[in-house]
Amino acid sequence: MTEEKELKTLVVQGAVYQTTYTWKFENRVNWEAPNPNHIYSFIPGTIIDIFIKPRQKVKEGETLLLLEAMKMQNQVRMPFDGEIVKIHVKKDDIIPKKHMMLEIKPARIR
Amino acid sequence: MSLRSNVLDLRKRKREVQKGGGDKAIEKQAKMGKLTARERILALLDKNSFHEYDLFVEHSAKDFGMDTKVLHGDGVIIGTGTIYSKPVCIFAQDFTVAGGSLGLMHARKITKIMDHALKMRVPLIGINDSGGARIQEGVNSLAGYGEIFFRNTLASGVIPQISVILGPCAGGAVYSPALTDFVFVVENISKMFITGPSVIKSVLGEEISMEELGGARVHAELTGNAHFFAISELDCFEQIKKLISYIPRNNDRKAMPFPPKPPKKGKKIEDIVPGDPRIPYDMRDIIKSITDSSEFFEVMEYFAANIIIGFGRMEGDTVGFVANQPMVLAGVLDTDSSDKAARFIRYCDAFNIPIVTLEDLPGYLPGVDQEHAGVIRHGAKILYAYSEATVPKVTVILRKAYGGGYIAMNSRHLRADFVFAWPTAEIAVMGPEGAANIVFRKEISEAENPEEVRQQKIQEYKQKFANPYVAAAQGYIDEVIEPRDTRGRILHALQVSENKSVFLPNKKHGIPPF
Repeated sequence: MTEEKELKTLVVQGAVYQTTYTWKFENRVNWEAPNPNHIYSFIPGTIIDIFIKPRQKVKEGETLLLLEAMKMQNQVRMPFDGEIVKIHVKKDDIIPKKHMMLEIKPARIR
Repeated sequence: MSLRSNVLDLRKRKREVQKGGGDKAIEKQAKMGKLTARERILALLDKNSFHEYDLFVEHSAKDFGMDTKVLHGDGVIIGTGTIYSKPVCIFAQDFTVAGGSLGLMHARKITKIMDHALKMRVPLIGINDSGGARIQEGVNSLAGYGEIFFRNTLASGVIPQISVILGPCAGGAVYSPALTDFVFVVENISKMFITGPSVIKSVLGEEISMEELGGARVHAELTGNAHFFAISELDCFEQIKKLISYIPRNNDRKAMPFPPKPPKKGKKIEDIVPGDPRIPYDMRDIIKSITDSSEFFEVMEYFAANIIIGFGRMEGDTVGFVANQPMVLAGVLDTDSSDKAARFIRYCDAFNIPIVTLEDLPGYLPGVDQEHAGVIRHGAKILYAYSEATVPKVTVILRKAYGGGYIAMNSRHLRADFVFAWPTAEIAVMGPEGAANIVFRKEISEAENPEEVRQQKIQEYKQKFANPYVAAAQGYIDEVIEPRDTRGRILHALQVSENKSVFLPNKKHGIPPF
């Protein structure tokens, strides 16, 4: 863990410093603005039921699927009135956290 | 029965119980590359100094067929002994007896030696090697853990508490080490986690090995749960002994003084630090150029390596060092390094160890991940810890001291007793590059040749502000010193601070940002 490392650069307030990185810094996740049309798992678990089909129109608050984790059946609900675009999971799938489960799109505003 | 036969009977009983879980279990322990609990205690303590108590304690469980089972010593050895002729209290869980599982009497033995350590004001060393709660004893084993945690908290800041993880330490059991001052781990032997790989897999579907989840390296480098990493049990015991030599027996005392020795002759201190503040160097070389015999005992070497903490001696007395490390992430403060330094500062303050701060940092680490990880509240810890500490506090600014980093690293404003700066110090609200871009924004953007003007303005700012004299003119630093005088100045500062006493407002306790 103390072996000689090649120097890299780090910019702090406009100045370019030569230094080395830590494992944590190198593996940090770059932030991305969340896409409201993507529904991700907020906890790792098992898909125990799916209630919707692609192209189905869904009202805000309707339950889309059940994600079981820590012995709790979590209802994943529709965040707004809209339509199901694509379903990325199937029943009995075991999925990690931040796994994209559904793509949706909002209903067209009249 | 004659007295003689009574004695022989006692010896026989002792021999029987001292075998722990028996030959087969001991063989299994050796196969895992582990010493037995008794071997560990004997290897750590001074020769012939160990005295055991509660050898004949038996478990009290009745359910699930436990009433027919004999568990020697109920899976834990407790006693007193000495390290470098100074007393310590110790317990060691015996994995050969029911996997070192913790039941009521097991916990009662541990709390007995903890009470003893607190009453006698001597360090407590706990060797953890246990499968966890003894399920058969139900809520009594939970009660046992709770009683241990309570005593860990009560003793915190009064006596040194050292945890040694020499086997599994899972579930609730991890919280006793987490409440103690220093945690030692050994490669391939230590495993610490709240929920193990099998539970994680069955509940959450994530697959990971024990080593990757909570092995020694993980805790030494990634989580910051461990303070010292060793490659073998014997290496670990040497580290514990070394630590014991640096710290006082309790919070009423000072660490044991050693014969004063000058630093080793090596590279000159002024040759270690490059003139360009953007070029790194190993701050440990600076520390070693000012400590006795150039010795430095680093704490948490692999976690948040952008800040260095550890113990050294100056003229024989223990000093705690906190120093930015330009070699890693340019020495920035971030969530982990603030957390790491803050706890060490509080340790030194609790145990009467003066703090020397060596400063060279460009500020806090920028980034969304840092902001979202709570760099505000974590960064606040270091401010809190320095402000609250009443032990002698000396700061030396080597090069950069910019912005929030300047304030945080034991500045005059947080009541440093002495602040020295090298002539290379740059004490400013930010580095010349950033400042020129803001202060001369208009001039730069309106210029025919913006880049040329920018460089010119950076130079201008550098000349005017990137030096120690602006701060010196305000009395924020006490003296601009030549690098080679660093050790002498720190020594003198510590000498005159020996009887330091400050009065703080009366309170039950503060509310630090943790």
